[in-house]
Amino acid sequence: MKKLAMLLVAVLVLSLMLTACSAPAEEEAKVIKFGVFEPLTGANAAGGAMEIEGIEIAHELYPEVLGLPIEVVTVDNKSDKVEAANAATKLVDKDKVNGIIGSWGSSFSMAAGPIVKDAEVPALGTSCTNPLVTLGNDYYFRVTFIDSFQGVVMANYAFNELGATKVAIVQEISNDYSVGLVKFFSDEFKRLTGDEDSILYVASYNTGDQDFTAQLTNIKTLNPDAIFAPGNYSESAMLIKQAKELDLNVPFLGADTWETPEFIDIGGDAVNGTVFSTFFDSKVPLTPESEIFLKAYRDKYGKEPASVTALAYDGYILMRNAIERAGSADPNAIRDALAETQGFDGAAGVISLDANGDAVKNAVIKTISNGEFEYLTTIAPN
Amino acid sequence: MSYEIFLQHLSNGIALGSLYALIAIGYTMVYGILRLINFAHGDIFMVATYVMFYGVTMFFMPWGVAVVVAILLTGALGITVERLAYRPLRNSPRISVMISAIGASYLIENLSIVIFGGRPKAFPIPEFFNHVSHIGSISIPRANFFIPVITFVALVILLYIVNKTKTGMAMRAVSKDYEAARLMGINVDNIISITFGIGSMLAAVGGIMWGIKYPNLIPLLGLMPGLKAFIAAVIGGIGNIKGAVLGGFLLGMSEIMIIAFLPSLTGYRDAFAFILLIAILLFKPDGLLGKNVTEKV
Repeated sequence: MKKLAMLLVAVLVLSLMLTACSAPAEEEAKVIKFGVFEPLTGANAAGGAMEIEGIEIAHELYPEVLGLPIEVVTVDNKSDKVEAANAATKLVDKDKVNGIIGSWGSSFSMAAGPIVKDAEVPALGTSCTNPLVTLGNDYYFRVTFIDSFQGVVMANYAFNELGATKVAIVQEISNDYSVGLVKFFSDEFKRLTGDEDSILYVASYNTGDQDFTAQLTNIKTLNPDAIFAPGNYSESAMLIKQAKELDLNVPFLGADTWETPEFIDIGGDAVNGTVFSTFFDSKVPLTPESEIFLKAYRDKYGKEPASVTALAYDGYILMRNAIERAGSADPNAIRDALAETQGFDGAAGVISLDANGDAVKNAVIKTISNGEFEYLTTIAPN
Repeated sequence: MSYEIFLQHLSNGIALGSLYALIAIGYTMVYGILRLINFAHGDIFMVATYVMFYGVTMFFMPWGVAVVVAILLTGALGITVERLAYRPLRNSPRISVMISAIGASYLIENLSIVIFGGRPKAFPIPEFFNHVSHIGSISIPRANFFIPVITFVALVILLYIVNKTKTGMAMRAVSKDYEAARLMGINVDNIISITFGIGSMLAAVGGIMWGIKYPNLIPLLGLMPGLKAFIAAVIGGIGNIKGAVLGGFLLGMSEIMIIAFLPSLTGYRDAFAFILLIAILLFKPDGLLGKNVTEKV
């Protein structure tokens, strides 16, 4: 019995050594692989699902580049920073993708940043808005604006449209996006009011928290004119619902993560009247590509797309366009072509990437009325 | 902090505490009878919320009917889990059953991810619970009245069943020595199934109340509340039903008060529950209400 066991172990060890001898990677590539890196489960599942819709539509419309078929390899980063690093590693090491699209959630893109940089594979962020995703990383780009702009947009809205002079803030402290955006908002709001104490209170919560009554009760005593609470959609919806139950009837302001159907489903009546900034509105098509995207989406799903769906669509077609311009599927060539992107027509607007790899784009302000998203206005960067 | 604000925090704490207590009761009951920490309890509670969701949105059941269906189906699920995951291990060392419970928990969670999908769903809340009452300047949503009441009703009913009925006597007998109970003619398999059924039905009620207050349904919904209910049960003395209620209130209240008085420590909200668990295990491992010899369950 012991001899048999030893033999078995020896065979297993030998077979392990053989797995290292896989076929060399430098043979003729028959297919171009796009890695898609999104949260499919966990707190941010809805965001990832909406972006995948956009990528699928783009894939159906443009399935080839340079005469080769495009294969979309999707991995789930599970709304978790550690899993995000693992997922990115899988894409670059095991799947050997030519380029990566994603993610919803700046924290996960930031986790993947060092990995794509080391592996020299270009990554194109879809809706991640924290500046740190692309800062100092030559391999990460994005098709959207960054929070240094978005925070300013919302601060200006609070000050000019709502006439607010004192604001309370609720941040999702475990989420880099929320913390960063809050900082940009606060700095701009203090500058606009000229009052260092115009931010009355900064409350925090963790991703996954369900009960916010303690923080809201504390805020209620301070009588803010408005509350800025950029955070994940389900937590924010429950936060606003609990605020209404506590009779905290103050305008709530947020940002792009609120634009999910779940925000309205979970928040119910309480989220009517909230205002947030986002990337795109299907009632305001921006380029000819917008029309193509909108038609394809409406035909397939029979409803209006979310902004992040349009952004993910843009991620796919821009990556494809970069490959066409580079004339090669070599990741470094794709990276260089991406860096030079200027005046590219995307569904969510014209994309021109700056020195950091960020797109300079307009912000769209929306509200919710009668359980539906409603377009308010567009704000251009100045 | 003014008096009114403190009262508001108190009201919030009572609501949260009674939710934890409701879930902890089911947890502790199963332990009391079977010496089994049913880690799948939190996930059974999650399944109840999803049954409610699908009952109302897909099958268009009236809310009351969906509640009954959810409770019955969840009870059945609990009994099924017992039969498949715990009964075969009845004669094995206790650690095996505990590991099986962890396995059952993971299985239910991951099946939910596959079946229900990762995107959150909104629990159907009847109009009745949208009303907010006011006592002075304190706002109390209607659910906050109902949850403590239901918790106490569940507590009273459970204590009655365990102490004053024949089935309860059989349960206590099984908890003391199940071989001897079997020799006395008690159908141990049935008693254990009944125990799990009642425990799971309690979990279902807890789930429905949880869904009314926190309508965000995700497959991992049961993870944290299950853990916190476990902590509540341990704090009160695992196996002791009154202890579970006490532990639940203590835990919920202190969670709210920590954020109320020390807002900079909000990030440590969950960590605090676990610190409390460690402290109790270090200093009073039998829990606050301790081992109650005459009333083990």
